[in-house]
Amino acid sequence: MSYVPSTGAQRREMLEALGMSDWRELYRDVPEEMLLTEPLDIPEGMSELEVSRAVTAMAEKNIRFDAILRGAGAYDHYIPSIVRSVTSKEEFLTAYTPYQAEMSQGVLQSIFEYQTMICQLTGMEVSNASVYDGATAAAEAAAMCRDRKRRVTLISAAANPDTINTVRTYCYGAGEELRIVPAKDGKTDPEALEAMLGPEVASFYVQQPNFFGLLEDGAALGQLVHQAGAMYVMGCDPISLGILKTPAEQGADVAVGEGQSLGLPLGFGGPYLGFMATTKKYMRRLPGRIVGQTVDSAGERCFVLSLQAREQHIRREKASSNICSNEALCALTAAVYLAAMGPEGLKEAARQSMAKAHYLAEALTAIEGIQLVYPGPFYQEFVTTAPRGGEILSALEARGILGGLPIEEGILWCATEKVSRQSLDETAAVVREVLAK
Amino acid sequence: MKLLFEKSVPGRRCDILGRCDVDYVPVPEGFGREEPLPLPELSEVDLSRHYTELNQRVHGVNCGFYPLGSCTMKYNPRIDEDMAALPGFTGIHPLAPESAVKGCREALDTAARYLREISGMDAMTFQPAAGAHGEFTGVLLIKQYHDSRGDTGRTKIIVPDSAHGTNPATAAMCGYQVVNVPSAPDGCVDIEALKAVLGDDTAGLMLTNPNTVGLFDENILEITRLVHQAGGLCYYDGANLNAVMGVVRPGDMGFDCIHMNLHKTFATPHGGGGPGAGAVGCKAFLAEFLPHSALAEEPGHIQVRAFHGNFLIVVRALTYLMSLGREGIPEAAQNAVLNANYLMERIKGTFRPAYDRVCMHEFVLDLSSYKKETGVSALDVAKSLIDYGMHPPTMYFPLIVHEALMLEPTETESKETLDWAAEIFRRLYDLGHTDPAYMHAAPHHAQIGRPDEVRASRNPVLRWEEA
Amino acid sequence: MNFPSELQYSRSHEWLRTEDGAAVVGISDYAQDSLGDVVFINLPQEGDEVQAGEPFGDIESVKAVSDLVSPVTGVVCAVNEALLDSPELVNQDPYDAWLIKVESVSGTEEMLDAAEYEAFCAQCGEEG
Repeated sequence: MSYVPSTGAQRREMLEALGMSDWRELYRDVPEEMLLTEPLDIPEGMSELEVSRAVTAMAEKNIRFDAILRGAGAYDHYIPSIVRSVTSKEEFLTAYTPYQAEMSQGVLQSIFEYQTMICQLTGMEVSNASVYDGATAAAEAAAMCRDRKRRVTLISAAANPDTINTVRTYCYGAGEELRIVPAKDGKTDPEALEAMLGPEVASFYVQQPNFFGLLEDGAALGQLVHQAGAMYVMGCDPISLGILKTPAEQGADVAVGEGQSLGLPLGFGGPYLGFMATTKKYMRRLPGRIVGQTVDSAGERCFVLSLQAREQHIRREKASSNICSNEALCALTAAVYLAAMGPEGLKEAARQSMAKAHYLAEALTAIEGIQLVYPGPFYQEFVTTAPRGGEILSALEARGILGGLPIEEGILWCATEKVSRQSLDETAAVVREVLAK
Repeated sequence: MKLLFEKSVPGRRCDILGRCDVDYVPVPEGFGREEPLPLPELSEVDLSRHYTELNQRVHGVNCGFYPLGSCTMKYNPRIDEDMAALPGFTGIHPLAPESAVKGCREALDTAARYLREISGMDAMTFQPAAGAHGEFTGVLLIKQYHDSRGDTGRTKIIVPDSAHGTNPATAAMCGYQVVNVPSAPDGCVDIEALKAVLGDDTAGLMLTNPNTVGLFDENILEITRLVHQAGGLCYYDGANLNAVMGVVRPGDMGFDCIHMNLHKTFATPHGGGGPGAGAVGCKAFLAEFLPHSALAEEPGHIQVRAFHGNFLIVVRALTYLMSLGREGIPEAAQNAVLNANYLMERIKGTFRPAYDRVCMHEFVLDLSSYKKETGVSALDVAKSLIDYGMHPPTMYFPLIVHEALMLEPTETESKETLDWAAEIFRRLYDLGHTDPAYMHAAPHHAQIGRPDEVRASRNPVLRWEEA
Repeated sequence: MNFPSELQYSRSHEWLRTEDGAAVVGISDYAQDSLGDVVFINLPQEGDEVQAGEPFGDIESVKAVSDLVSPVTGVVCAVNEALLDSPELVNQDPYDAWLIKVESVSGTEEMLDAAEYEAFCAQCGEEG
């Protein structure tokens, strides 16, 4: 099967129109010795039914858990049905980047609405149309904060290790330096930050809540950064912004984050959504596509890809980023999610996630041998000590529960609104059982 | 049409979550949001109708012909969507234990096996999320390779002047100075010009083959040999792989690493701009430099994003690869090339191909003389096509052709569609001579008239705000 | 196209004149015409150093961004703030819409006079 509609007779007819008798003549520019003489060493093609069986069989080799208590950058939130229904519409799904505004108003308006909702959520003034994920958003933010004099990027050690490593890679590429600001008691050490801020520092990135789930003193860190003349980048959990201080309220110049929570399935890691927003002052430094409002020849409101002169197809080697394809359909997903949840629904998702995480933390720490590793307020994730952690996690898996993530410090647990109280109670019971053995 | 925010009614809502079965905890003092959260307030029926209306204002591949050159807008099979929506894939946490993700591993390994064979490479990563992201990864392989050998004097990446903008932008992101080499009059790499810029400061070459004017560079073996001789490595931009998959392999052309756009060549949908997936392959000697997730795999490697990449896109591509298989892959390539040549042949005699020779999967029309005759520009022709329900070709690219329109029909268009499209081009060619004013004002029957882009850039309005 | 004879021109299409001991820099009529509608201009701040032959900012139209290249080495002593809000002034009168003034000038690029520059532009036009 190759989805080629032309019949054999039509193909011959077309070749004849070209004065050719064999398809090999189409490849006359390819040096003879390079043409494959043997068929590819891959299986024969399959019918739709066959391929459906084969791929479904793969999916069935995975183990799905009834309750997921693991986060660390990918969160199992509930996805309203309307989200999937909208994002599987074939036009949204199969269109390319909306270069031709006259036949792409639907995509353009949906992105404009997405940009608006990201601004509403973060309190920032300008959002782009998305980047690949939260980690690349942090890396792109570091690049947009550099200027001719300030080149060094700082990042908190309490950020997600994948984010740190991605920012490190982008800095390695650009030949710029990344310095890690150490953590103390699971949070960014403000004294260390202050000491590391100098005239060479372009930006500092903090994750809020951080990798360990803890709430950073975002406003105070921001003040230190601004006093040193650097830019403040905050990576945030979008659902938490329903109830937690916005990056704008904490003084961030750039707000970024992983938007997966906003209606995207876990999907073994992707596709996800990187969101990026900033203030008007830094608008033209934002990488990636941005949709703007204008009027058409009849004076009616319409939408276009705007500020394109920043982008690689125009600036080439002078562009600040090479991004071309982004995560448009994921941005649409996030927009539908946010509109479906509305202000009250989003707050509720945040409140319930926080409530369940605290319920779980309490239930676990009531067990002898389990304590919170770090003091301080947390949101929906927390780290506990993990005596016999491996056994605990295996026992939970046997009961259909994916426990927290084993990390150096212990176990990093997470709960969202989707986990029932019953699962949380069962989790505590299993842990108690294992430790009682 | 109205924006979501203009349809919002205070107090209206969808009831999604219901009541919490544990006690709420207060947000700790000083950490709570104080500014209002002005998200729109809508019911589910409002949303359903809003997005249906928006969707009706989108031209997808399912709506009609979409010959957007260099974007490979082939049909996106529905079965691929069904497979990517299987709960056994969508519900899997990227940090779940290996014992629980055997199916995901099998999917990735199987897709890698197909793509290694098609590209002629030895190792593969799916971490990059798009083509440009794959380029970034690939050039970082080159950088690490030179660094690992202490060969630090290699500061330049060579890029032909016909390249996609992402190539020079990528090289710059990787800290390299970009050296543009001019194309020869036949649109291929100018070998003498290439020799002139090669040296012990050459880190590598980035090349698309077939190139961006749709021609297969017959000197490719000489080109890659020269770069290797200078100590550089060769990067294959897989944007145009659809022309040659199963027919000739980049690995056999002398390339050391490659990215493939799963969202072009392997039929995964473009989603209005993404998500894509940029699988990167390399020869064995570069495999140690491939990216890995610090959290999901192991620290100590480069990493270009979180976790394992756009996995569900890989599932779609895998389904496509398995469907086509050994015979279907080259069959698709051959028909992509056949369709492009057939359409070019049918248009000939009106708009002039920039290069009058057998093309690969796409070709470029040069409208500069037509514009001199009629005053009608490539933009005017593009906008006029919209009135016929055809998505315009890529405009004004590559930069080495003036008034360029680049057409890539892909293999999933039938002869009837190509005949129809050629007829529209002929009609517009004539219209430019008889009524150029009408074409300057096109489109006439689209969702909107031409937008005022100057206004959009001078006074940027990038979000809705309460009036 | 207008090429005032009292100005000097660079091959990157900036003009230069001296006023009260400071070097005044703008872009030529040819440059604004090639760019088309200018939508944004990114300028340095007072006190910044500029280098002859090196970019000091950039100018953006709908379809292009070009570096602004300084014809002189020195210290920026004034910036035309009006352009930040009204970049179209550069299209309206490129010789009135100066970009920056530079003092403590210690070096100047090789410049063309009006006739030479006009010939240079004619040549660029043919190639372009």
